[in-house]
Amino acid sequence: MSLKTRVSAYTLAVALIASTGALAQKAEVLHWWTSAGESASVKVFADQYTKAGGTWVDNAIAGGANARAAGINRIVGGNPPAMMQFNTGKQFDELVTNDLVRDVENKAKAGKWREIMPKPIVEATVRDGKFFAVPINIHGQNWLFYNTKLFKDAGVEPPKTFPELIAAGEKLKANGVIPLALGGQPNWEHNLFRAVLVGNGGADLFRKVYGSRDQKAAKSPEFKEATELFGKMRALVDPGSPGRNWNDAAALVITNKAAMHFNGDWAKGEFTAAGQTAGNEYGCTIVGKEPRIVIGGDVFVFPTTKDKDQLAAQDKLADVLLDPTTQLEFNKKKGSIPVRLDVDVSSMDVCAQKSAAVLKDPANQVEAMELLSTPNFSGAMQDAVTQFWNNPNMSADAFVEKVVAAMQSAS
Amino acid sequence: MAIVSIPNAVATSERPAKSRRINRTRLPAALALLPTALIVLVVYIGCMLWTVRLSFTSSTLLPKLDWVGFAQYSRLFMNDRFLVSAENILIFGVLFISGCLILGFLLAVFIDQNVRAEGVFRTIFLYPYSMSFVVTGVAWQWFLNPGLGLEKLVRDMGFESFTFDWLVNQQMAIYTIVIAGLWHGAGLTMAILLAGLRGVDAELWKASRIDGIPVWRVYLSIVLPLLRPMVVTATVLLAVGVVKLYDLVVAMTLGGPGIATEVPAKFVMDHLFERNNIALGTAAATVMLITVVAILAPWVYAKYIRPQGRPA
Repeated sequence: MSLKTRVSAYTLAVALIASTGALAQKAEVLHWWTSAGESASVKVFADQYTKAGGTWVDNAIAGGANARAAGINRIVGGNPPAMMQFNTGKQFDELVTNDLVRDVENKAKAGKWREIMPKPIVEATVRDGKFFAVPINIHGQNWLFYNTKLFKDAGVEPPKTFPELIAAGEKLKANGVIPLALGGQPNWEHNLFRAVLVGNGGADLFRKVYGSRDQKAAKSPEFKEATELFGKMRALVDPGSPGRNWNDAAALVITNKAAMHFNGDWAKGEFTAAGQTAGNEYGCTIVGKEPRIVIGGDVFVFPTTKDKDQLAAQDKLADVLLDPTTQLEFNKKKGSIPVRLDVDVSSMDVCAQKSAAVLKDPANQVEAMELLSTPNFSGAMQDAVTQFWNNPNMSADAFVEKVVAAMQSAS
Repeated sequence: MAIVSIPNAVATSERPAKSRRINRTRLPAALALLPTALIVLVVYIGCMLWTVRLSFTSSTLLPKLDWVGFAQYSRLFMNDRFLVSAENILIFGVLFISGCLILGFLLAVFIDQNVRAEGVFRTIFLYPYSMSFVVTGVAWQWFLNPGLGLEKLVRDMGFESFTFDWLVNQQMAIYTIVIAGLWHGAGLTMAILLAGLRGVDAELWKASRIDGIPVWRVYLSIVLPLLRPMVVTATVLLAVGVVKLYDLVVAMTLGGPGIATEVPAKFVMDHLFERNNIALGTAAATVMLITVVAILAPWVYAKYIRPQGRPA
């Protein structure tokens, strides 16, 4: 069935249910999953909710920032959707402090969420001892995807540390390929920086910089070392990088033009769409002294409501989202791994299995920037990183000064 | 002022019949204008004041009505990115407006020479204006990308050392935005100025020909001054485009490389919606407003206020 017929059949099904069952719990869901892989994954939720007897009203808004702005406006304006997506982290903090979203603590207790989910995810969702959102997945943000053929041609092994990566990059360059494909937009440059910081500087340094904004940590030799390694990686990137979209960067690896690409595990979707499988045409690994994975993900929040039907719909949604089968199917399509670490992942791809295995050890779970820092401070850091990356003449010390300034001024 | 006349209309029953008749005919007009006036007052002016008020608070994701004085402004003027944005909008504004006017005038003069297939040229020149800035930005991004566009094309033709990497060069990237802007805006300027050129009295041309004045001189010293209203219209339209500059940058460079092509509108948008920093965003918006008012005020004064004050 083509996508179009599938979508229309689906719409028809929804319309039929909507017209027959006035009792069916209608739930409008606001999210920003609009790409092909993303909408396929959200359809898993929709189908499961429909199966559970509810009516899913899909409200997809392209672009995370747009969707959040639209959703927040509706929540503040008193006309909220039944459920709304956020990234795991601080994006919905003020909605909690203003009593605009419901807590789901009773569901969390019943489902033992604290036991089955990684601690960083739990901490990022719990406020004042209560869950205020349903975490649904774990995305690893610092994966290195590499082209196995180009690695073999150049005679290099997948690098284990960043100095190794830079040495491998030189060899690849000598072999006539782009060593590192980078989407040259500020947020991807920043993502690369964070991969270097956590890999070379360690989890504690990462937490001190992004979490507690420790100025001493920013002035430490470890931070400077990570910065200098990051700076050296400029030489591994092709001149066409500035402004490039991340999926175009991934495409360079897929088409054998570039050997390496740092990204979150959502990039797997691009490889899959090109008919490649993990472990064959491409590999994935975590670079660093220890295999620390920077984890984030998505959550759904339930805006406060007095409507009994809406409350019941929200309860049902919470159950559906965390059902083990739903979790497995959703995350296979999304490229992430189940937020419940008790789900058997042996049917997932090798990257997901590797991810789940590494994350079994709590020491390897590192909170993503979105979990540690406010959007405002993340933004200020991004401004500093993109200035450093794009200006080869800027010294590591000058960068440290900018980071310290960001720590002082950002709210 | 339409609003003011409403109570007048009700309260003037004692007045002579003539003025009552005028008021009676004005009443429907006043009523019809009332919604517009309200919208202007509440939505435009109201939102403007609200924005200014928020810039003195510590609001982050949601508006909060505390008072932090000028803290956001001092933060703003220490922010590298805002300073670069301000410098960029100045570069873009000057080059874009003057470039569009010069290019538009030259194109208009070219078409005014009674060229053959004038309609075709007019369409070609005006066509870019029908594109949105997003399409313009993406198209120019591809065209100027060193690995995809012009540079690769010329190199593939055999000129190996040809380099045109302005798009990815921090110093030059803002000028690529200007180029795309010019491509987009010159056509409209041409259309406006061409309309003006067509309105120039043919007698003037005949007279100048008899006097033996060279054509370029006629354009420069006689026609151009006559076109003043058109030039002002075009300038105002272009200036509005400069203040609004956002989508072109987002589509073309996303403010990069680094922060080299950031502009104030993007700074405001990013801080309002992505970075949960309403206060800093509104402070930047207020600075933009003040700048625009400061530029417009002398002109409005000279045009509307001073002549009235002068004795007739």
